[in-house]
Amino acid sequence: MRMWFVCRFCCPAAQSNSNPEWEAKVLEYFKGQLREKESHSWVPSLNDVPLHYLKPNSLVKFRCLVQDMFDPEFYMGVYETVDPSTKANVLRCGKYKDVTECGVDLNSRNTVTAERQTFYCVPIPGESPWAKEISFLSAARVVPSTSYVPSRQKRSYEEDDDDMDTQPQKQREPHTEPHGNGDSKRQETEAPSSQTTAPSDCSSHLDLNFPLPGERGPACLVKVYEGLDSFKLNDTLEIYGILSVNPVLTVLGEEKDPSLLLLNPTESMETPEEQRAHDPPASLVPRLHMLYARPLQHNNPLLPSAPTEDQSAFVSSFLVEMASVRAELLAYLTHVLLGDGLAAEYLLLHLISNVYTRRDVLPLGKFTLNLSGCPLNSYTERLYQIVQQLVPCSYRLSMSLHTMNSMRLVPKKDYVANRLVSGALQLARNTSLFLDETQLEQGQLDSSGVRNITALGNLISWQKVDYDFSYHQMEFPCNINVLVTSEGRSLLPSDCQVPLQPQVTPPNMEEYLTTIHMAQFTSQINKFRVYLSLARTLDYSISDEVTKAVEDDFVDMRKDDPQSVTAEDLHRMLVVARLLSLSLGQTTLSRDGWMRAKHIDMLRRSRTEQQKSLNGNEP
Amino acid sequence: MSSPTSTPVGSKRSRDDIPVTRKFYRNRLSESYLQSYVDMSSPLMYGTPSSRVEGTPRSGVRGTPVRQRPDLGSARKAPQVDLHTELPSADGAVASEQAAGQKLVIWGTDVNVGTCKEKFQRFLQRFIDPTSNEDENAGLDLNEPLYMQKLEEISVIGEPVLNVNCSHVQSFDADLYRQLISYPQEVIPTFDMAVNELFFERFPDSILEHQIQVRPYNALKTRNMRSLNPEDIDQMITISGMVIRTSQLIPEMQEAFFQCQVCAFSTRVEVDRGRIAEPAVCRNCNTTHSLALIHNRSAFSDKQMIKVQESPDDMPAGQTPHTTIVYAHNDLVDKVQPGDRINITGIYRAVPMRENPRQSTVKSVYKTHIDVIHFRKTDEKRLHGLDEDSDQKLFTEERVQTLKELAAKPDVYERLSSALAPSIYEQEDIKKGILLQLFGGTRKDFSQTGRGNFRAEVNILLCGDPGTSKSQLLQYVFNLVPRGQYTSGKGSSAVGLTAYVMKDPETKQLVLQTGALVLSDNGICCIDEFDKMSDSTRSVLHEVMEQQTLSIAKAGIICQLNARTSVLAAANPVESQWNPKKTTIENIQLPHTLLSRFDLIFLMLDPQDEAYDRRLAHHLVALYYQSEEQIEEEFLDMAVLKDYIAYARTYINPRLNEEASQALIEAYVDMRKIGSGRGMVSAYPRQLESLIRLAEAHAKVRFSDKVETVDVEEAKRLHREALKQSATDPRTGFVDISILTTGMSATARKRKEEVAQALKKMIQSRGKTPAMKYQQLFDDLRGQSEAAITKDMFEEALRALADEDYLTVTGKTVRLL
Repeated sequence: MRMWFVCRFCCPAAQSNSNPEWEAKVLEYFKGQLREKESHSWVPSLNDVPLHYLKPNSLVKFRCLVQDMFDPEFYMGVYETVDPSTKANVLRCGKYKDVTECGVDLNSRNTVTAERQTFYCVPIPGESPWAKEISFLSAARVVPSTSYVPSRQKRSYEEDDDDMDTQPQKQREPHTEPHGNGDSKRQETEAPSSQTTAPSDCSSHLDLNFPLPGERGPACLVKVYEGLDSFKLNDTLEIYGILSVNPVLTVLGEEKDPSLLLLNPTESMETPEEQRAHDPPASLVPRLHMLYARPLQHNNPLLPSAPTEDQSAFVSSFLVEMASVRAELLAYLTHVLLGDGLAAEYLLLHLISNVYTRRDVLPLGKFTLNLSGCPLNSYTERLYQIVQQLVPCSYRLSMSLHTMNSMRLVPKKDYVANRLVSGALQLARNTSLFLDETQLEQGQLDSSGVRNITALGNLISWQKVDYDFSYHQMEFPCNINVLVTSEGRSLLPSDCQVPLQPQVTPPNMEEYLTTIHMAQFTSQINKFRVYLSLARTLDYSISDEVTKAVEDDFVDMRKDDPQSVTAEDLHRMLVVARLLSLSLGQTTLSRDGWMRAKHIDMLRRSRTEQQKSLNGNEP
Repeated sequence: MSSPTSTPVGSKRSRDDIPVTRKFYRNRLSESYLQSYVDMSSPLMYGTPSSRVEGTPRSGVRGTPVRQRPDLGSARKAPQVDLHTELPSADGAVASEQAAGQKLVIWGTDVNVGTCKEKFQRFLQRFIDPTSNEDENAGLDLNEPLYMQKLEEISVIGEPVLNVNCSHVQSFDADLYRQLISYPQEVIPTFDMAVNELFFERFPDSILEHQIQVRPYNALKTRNMRSLNPEDIDQMITISGMVIRTSQLIPEMQEAFFQCQVCAFSTRVEVDRGRIAEPAVCRNCNTTHSLALIHNRSAFSDKQMIKVQESPDDMPAGQTPHTTIVYAHNDLVDKVQPGDRINITGIYRAVPMRENPRQSTVKSVYKTHIDVIHFRKTDEKRLHGLDEDSDQKLFTEERVQTLKELAAKPDVYERLSSALAPSIYEQEDIKKGILLQLFGGTRKDFSQTGRGNFRAEVNILLCGDPGTSKSQLLQYVFNLVPRGQYTSGKGSSAVGLTAYVMKDPETKQLVLQTGALVLSDNGICCIDEFDKMSDSTRSVLHEVMEQQTLSIAKAGIICQLNARTSVLAAANPVESQWNPKKTTIENIQLPHTLLSRFDLIFLMLDPQDEAYDRRLAHHLVALYYQSEEQIEEEFLDMAVLKDYIAYARTYINPRLNEEASQALIEAYVDMRKIGSGRGMVSAYPRQLESLIRLAEAHAKVRFSDKVETVDVEEAKRLHREALKQSATDPRTGFVDISILTTGMSATARKRKEEVAQALKKMIQSRGKTPAMKYQQLFDDLRGQSEAAITKDMFEEALRALADEDYLTVTGKTVRLL
């Protein structure tokens, strides 16, 4: 809240002095404030608080994925207004605002045109319910004003303001108070009206363009002023900015008379579709003027998000526990995978895999797992629910013939509406994509089905998605953990196939899994969650000595039987060795680690071979 | 146009016949100034369209009607300022005496109309560009003033448009160029005047539809759409991009015609900032609100909205393409279609959002667009000619310098080849082959002697065991070249590769959609899983890979498209593992007609020896754990490689020198000789052509304009290497080219004949036996022959004899004829 006042006062500074330095100062100030411990948690989050409980023009944050980038726009950075009664000219600042004050002198020589860009941002797709809940709870703890009781609302704001008053503030001007109160009053009167245009039922006819079906949450048009080149599509960001829900924005869009549209050539160039996509009502898609954005390495609320000393302390303290947590998690996963320890080991490795770099076209570190031989009847569904409980972002794609033929996986540019229509493969980094091939039945794939399968294949082999721009395709690299569950060997490529060998056959699968799940305490589960997110971020290296050993080993293996080990096998074993070491919290490969990796890969291979000879005709 | 008084009207009609209407091109000058200071002969006078040809053709500046230029923005006006009183004080500009009136600069600029005109006329009369190689100048004498010749062309053809290359203006007069870029709205009309004066002076009798309009293009800095910023507003810019959408024609009112309902007095009102102010009072009879708009007598101009998207090559990775709105006016309407890649020269505009009278606040955003002055399609000639110049990438001098330094290094060839796909281990020769493919040979045109174009592109086939990173190599190449296409043989149909005709849902027009091969014209088409391709699909490749064209006869469209693409294909052996006992053809089961069209065929096998394994292991481990910096030290940056290739492809056209030709001849003769000893042909002219291409490509790698012996040596070596791998007859161990050209090695053919002869002899020796048992004959032959004879061979021999009409085979009996 305090920051919001500052913002209000920074802009008038431009009136006396059009020196752009103040802009840099504003940013610095906000960045400085947000770096302060805990301060970022004072800022209410659009993810957690319904829009109509937030004050317009206040500072909010938003945890989101950049879904689309619109064209840059020019706006009046500085403009002059003429007071109709006094004829006095006043210079005003247009930055961080959507609309101007009244009486703009369009011919003024003092007008400064500046450039900004709009990003269409959506909440991180597939964010697990637990991640949402935890971040909501932690936010609610510090921002009492986000209480959901409308009658208490005003009161709580005042409390909040009072809280702020008690804190030492240098920048605060004495007469900010009326402004603040005025606004909160206005907000009170506005709230009901925005409630009547209820967000939930309204969004049904307005396509908010979420990548995954059934997603909810606010989408946001983020106006970006600085560092445009540093942002990329599909980045996950935590954006701090000024909320703008000026109803004018909506009115401008809706009041347009179709006959006027015909006449005005400058506006007829926008099709109604385009207008809907680019200027949706502000009550549904608020505008956010970005002050500062923090790229998110992960969206696990249990981990400190910023790479600060804080985090390194956290990491080192957790590293000690790492091995024990791993053992517990492994036991848990073994139970879940019906007593198959090897499959559990591989699943664990898969969950911490991460594309850490690319060598020309080759993504390194990806580890797509194909769990074959999964029992039918909702086992996979249950398995997904358990995975979902562990990772912050996930999505289960049931590969039934119908979904494969009808679903849009690859984002496609819609030139009529001039936006990128999202698809299920537009996911944030490190999202777990759970492909359920057990749902696939015999039948005919149509052309879009074939395209979808190809897209999945490309995703797995190259970790990239070719977005469809109709006249050409554009390649977007991604970093998605793909887990394929199937009966036989999957029709999709994978880095590693593990046939599941259940040791137990519970008569009632649902009950069995539910009991396993219930047996875990939340604190235990939380530990697992931290473990998985953390193991992924660890650095890793390999010494020359071990390199030599690995080389020798490879040569030896080839000597006995050149067919048995190929370059591809070495690739995979190196990845397994890396993940195995990381899973134990070791940041270098030891000789032991390599032997272990070799060992479990051997076990796995003998199992697949066994499977092959059982089935006989499998290639 | 949003004013309530304006209404759209269907067509444009002629108005009263006034030879030259008083209309001023400079909107910023006041009417009063114009009337008092400018007489009719002043160059500042600028007519409006008078009636369309009213019987008598006219000529001369005065007689030819002037076409309005909405592209220069009559729709947007600055406040009108009386130049006479305000300027000298406000802008400190000098107003001195001039022949026709005063020497003034245009308000807000430093442009003096007289000087500017003079300069431009001088430019037109004197500019010579002897080194020009633009296609527009084809057929012009390069040592004569270029633009005077163009004016002459105008007088002959009668198309009143003069395209002026801005880089010419810049090299001639930098100051004039600066003015043109900064104040196009003021300078271009001045240019128009200058041209017209000059033209009608020279060709007083020519008749044009309207006065000549100057269309500057190539405003030197050809910008990326992304780099446009607020400073470019109202300046002339050139950007490149791709058309994604065009609107229907929009009639835009230029001048409204009002008539008083009471006294029939008429008046005209010009559009001011997109609005027309309806006169409230009739000037003649003083009746208020009596004026009505007469649509039929108002003037309209054509306008079209075009959306342009930045071309994929200009985009930074990981961002979405930007789009820009472009307005085309008058005859530029409908000049471009969605999908065209164009360079646009125009004026960048920003218009504030319309103020809503009912609201006190406005959105603080401007709408931006470009008013087009000149379109230039970059892929225009792709369908019927070479487009060397359109592809030209601009290199900075430093870049060229670094590239040349790199080229001067003695080991540049090795360096580049190792920079190619560093993640793939060794396979040096394959990488070298692909490198040469990226550079390509020199294009030769023999169409005058009737042989058509010679293929300059090198085609390569990789075959070998699965899992030997063939796909990865293909992916890499596809990412490296600007016009690459990647398809998989499994998924692509003949249609997807060539072109298909579809109906545009909007226009109901039949549109030719091009497939991967045509799209990769001048690039590389990577085809994975070549062996999985259906026969019909493969058959289209025959034409592409030798003639470099694609013929299409579909839905009434018959055409031949250029597909000058190199093909890089990867094929897996039919049995999942490569069988070293079989020939290439037998292993991959591809028709030999297609195989012979590949210049180089490489085998990517998994070599099984210890030293190799060790190096491979080292390479892979390093790949996983080397840091970025280490990698960069070791290898060339991909961007450098890209630029190097692009530079060599555009600027280097090596030709064979004497020694090299001699060396090639020798090499060819040698190749033929090898086989002649064993009674078989071991080389065909196609191999000679391949050698030439490879040698040329190698010269390109060295940035050399001459193909020298070293190039030929390397070409020979590589060619031999590839042949050794792919055309070795597994039965004899000799390299046998006929495996690739006829699908069967010469020894195999010989052997077949021998068996047939032996069989015949055997039958003959038996005397008169009209019918024999099949099985018995086979057993006999096997018993007689010292070499093992398989059933296949026996059957083949039978078939050969049947062809000779010596015997027939019916079921299990063989009858003599």
